[in-house]
Amino acid sequence: MKIKSQRDFWSGLMFIVVGIGFAWGATNYSFGNSARPGPGYFPFGLGIILAILGAVVLFKALTVEVEGGDKVGAFAWRPLLIILASIALFGVLLPWLGMAIALPILVFTSSAAGDEFHWRDALINSAILTVGSWAIFIKGLSLTIPLWPTFMQTAAQ
Amino acid sequence: MDLLNNLALGFGVAFTLQNLLYAFGGAVLGTLIGVLPGLGPVATIAMLLPSIYALDATPALIMLAGIYYGAQYGGSTTAILINVPGESSSVVTALDGYKMARKGRAGAALAAAGLGSFFAGCVGTVIIAAFAPPLTELAFKFGPAEYFSLMVLGLIGAVVLASGSLIKAISMIILGLLLGQINTDVISGVPRYSFDIPELTDGIGFVAIAMGVFGFGEIIANLGQPAEHREVFTKDVKGLWPTKQDFKFAWPAVLRGTALGSLLGVLPGGGALLASFAAYTVEKKSPMKPGEVPFGQGNIRGVAGPESANNAGAQTSFIPMLTLGIPPNAVMALMVGAMTIKGIQPGPQVMTSNPQLFWGLIASMWVGNAMLVILNLPLIGIWIKLLTVPYRFLFPAILCFCCIGLYTLNNNNFDVFTGVLFGLIGYIFYKLSCEAAPLLLGFILGPMMEENLRRALLLSRGDWSTFVTRPLSAGLLLAALAMIVVVSLPAIKNKREEAFQDAD
Repeated sequence: MKIKSQRDFWSGLMFIVVGIGFAWGATNYSFGNSARPGPGYFPFGLGIILAILGAVVLFKALTVEVEGGDKVGAFAWRPLLIILASIALFGVLLPWLGMAIALPILVFTSSAAGDEFHWRDALINSAILTVGSWAIFIKGLSLTIPLWPTFMQTAAQ
Repeated sequence: MDLLNNLALGFGVAFTLQNLLYAFGGAVLGTLIGVLPGLGPVATIAMLLPSIYALDATPALIMLAGIYYGAQYGGSTTAILINVPGESSSVVTALDGYKMARKGRAGAALAAAGLGSFFAGCVGTVIIAAFAPPLTELAFKFGPAEYFSLMVLGLIGAVVLASGSLIKAISMIILGLLLGQINTDVISGVPRYSFDIPELTDGIGFVAIAMGVFGFGEIIANLGQPAEHREVFTKDVKGLWPTKQDFKFAWPAVLRGTALGSLLGVLPGGGALLASFAAYTVEKKSPMKPGEVPFGQGNIRGVAGPESANNAGAQTSFIPMLTLGIPPNAVMALMVGAMTIKGIQPGPQVMTSNPQLFWGLIASMWVGNAMLVILNLPLIGIWIKLLTVPYRFLFPAILCFCCIGLYTLNNNNFDVFTGVLFGLIGYIFYKLSCEAAPLLLGFILGPMMEENLRRALLLSRGDWSTFVTRPLSAGLLLAALAMIVVVSLPAIKNKREEAFQDAD
């Protein structure tokens, strides 16, 4: 058995796994009957349908010839990891350090994900975006975002 | 004259200084972000959602509508000037628009797009005002079975017109529906798929999905591609006003485009997309006047027609959302999400329970369109400057907006982490060429669909045939089935694939 379309093969597999996962999870909730459907009724049915559709996609990926094998191609690991890690870091830091510190860190670290990285540009960008975000979100839209680190707030009070 | 009274009420709301400012602000922000290459309306609206958190429902929706139009206009500008359409519906604009720009006629192309869209927007607004009330009446006759079937039709329609593999698109819808099941069951109160995480009992925030998939996922995908060099025709934008001859050529195209767009926009799915493609084909087929430039080489009709159709379609696609509460495309799904954040359950009752909001929104559509003409034509120089900003400055800015938006959604970093997860998922979708727009649509409709299915079954005492024995419901399901069958017919299938290949 040869895979004819890589992308469809993995998509099909993903749909099957997720579909079965949801259907299996639905068995924890009362299924009810069709006259009185319980909380597990709809997700169970959907999960099964998704798994079936996934199987069709998978079957086609193994049988229908596609030009060039429809390769998934290399993952862009560098941007993927750097971007996601910098966002997650922002999520961790913001409640502790406030926007004034967490946001420049976000801009600076994420800038490293691009092909071209210049220290000076990243620093300037951090400064502009932090001041801009403060002006737009805190001053302009009066959203509640911690601005300064928690230890400085208690010291100020 | 109900129509006039209603419109008067609407304009009364829209013309307050506060709401005018919000419409203006939305249009500016939408253009500002929408003009950036590679950012379509869905990403733009998702990014700008935080700007409405602190507002009341009416100004919030008015601002969002402004953002939407701004994003659309911005997308056309990018298509004309640098041949990078931000969304699929401005693909055809790029064909002739970019050629015009290369010949130094960018100004005329932009003006044709702007004025054509404005005209289409005016017509679209009147159509909404005229057709919304009778459709709402009809919607009140719908029982749960009809609603369920209508949603099936809407979801199928959305993917039939979308590009790519039909079966994968349907799978993505179901995946979206399943993600919508992560919540507390409304009927029994049982938390589902929450894994004892308290935040999950309220469901995944749609903002986290939208920003993760359309914001973070896109950025990663863009960064993964080698940087390309784009030619921007910044210096050539002179002579903004089209010539007399341009007007003569363009206005019939605008009329045809508007008519096509208004009609097709109501359809579920890529109404605006289909409309702009259809308009371009119509223009290409209609006879040439002496002295016209051939199509594909910078014909002004090739810009005016699709752009009018696109905007008319964008306008009338509000109809199913406003009257039935059913979003016909991903942008409207975001609107529905925004309404829910503001505590308004979209559906036929909005018109009677919140007439101020309903008619105010409709009137603001016109106001927003007028502002865009004022904004875009004289200020085009500023937008062009934006196009020259390198991506390495842009993507951190997009990240900032999204991160702050995610955090301030519930003042909680949980949504930021959910966004990270969906960024990863979005990148995987991109790699596997699974389209994410149907997923968002399914996610928004999931809870509504389940509730109606279960209520319909309760009413029929468990008899599934209720969906096919009730004539209205049967008709809707039949239409959905017919769509799948038609698209799967070999002849049409090939045509469809061809059309999308052209679009790429």
